[in-house]
Amino acid sequence: MKNKKILAVASQGGHLIQLLRLKPVLDRFDTSYVSNQYREGMGKDFSLVTDANGDEKLKLILLFLQMSWLIITKRPDVVISSGAAPGFFAVMLGKLIGAKTIWLDSIANAEELSLSGKKAGTFADLWLTQWPNLASPAGPKYQGRVL
Amino acid sequence: MIFLTVGTQLPFDRFVEIVDNFAATHPEIEIFGQIGEGSYQPKHFEYCAFLDEHAYKAQFDKASLILAHAAMGSIITSLIESKPVVVFPRRASLGEHRNEHQLATCKNFESLDGCYVTYDKAQLLSTLDDVTNLHGGHLGLYANQELLNSIEKFILA
Repeated sequence: MKNKKILAVASQGGHLIQLLRLKPVLDRFDTSYVSNQYREGMGKDFSLVTDANGDEKLKLILLFLQMSWLIITKRPDVVISSGAAPGFFAVMLGKLIGAKTIWLDSIANAEELSLSGKKAGTFADLWLTQWPNLASPAGPKYQGRVL
Repeated sequence: MIFLTVGTQLPFDRFVEIVDNFAATHPEIEIFGQIGEGSYQPKHFEYCAFLDEHAYKAQFDKASLILAHAAMGSIITSLIESKPVVVFPRRASLGEHRNEHQLATCKNFESLDGCYVTYDKAQLLSTLDDVTNLHGGHLGLYANQELLNSIEKFILA
């Protein structure tokens, strides 16, 4: 199973902590991590990207270019993210190169999906919310949570 | 020791000021805060703007109580370490965040064991006055099996 290449992407803090709670699955594959901060548990295959959010246009452009480079050079079979901006770009670009894409919206979004989560729905093959009340036939599915 | 954290992304002066008021009347309680780039400067406890991962962990490990904005990272870490966490949400209506998801987080985690949600100054201070009755929650290191299975199945499909 190790031969499947996974790119696991999240911004620092809560998004990354949630992504790393998937380690029992991610560790079974050849997983590379991408974030704007290193965190214990990501191992040696880690790439640093810039910290950007929806309000910072220039940083978003830089982040997009960094993510494009990573997707082109790493050629993952699967891209998975729990948020936010870096994950959205990764899922979008991953879809463009034909990777399977997974978006797990943060458990912090209990009443509506995150902004990046709503946009990611277009590009995610598996689009998940962690709140059953937010699941719908045309929207994200609920299939468990990080807690 | 109490560890106050408001994350690294945005300041949270309103929360920091309430904790400073509490510290002024409780000099016997040691408090350390990671308070971001706010404009309010605490006078009654030690603080810094940012801690790196190791310094954060050191302060976190020393603490017997965590005081945090309503961010999932702080809540999850507190539950894993079985430390009681008192949560105070940022409000977008007061310019403290981009949207009201921290209020939603609070509403949905009110009943979570070991997580003490407070919505205003009075509630926060009364919770802190009752500090000996707060206990830590329990949480494993990983996501629930349903989610792990579903993601693995999807990757292998």
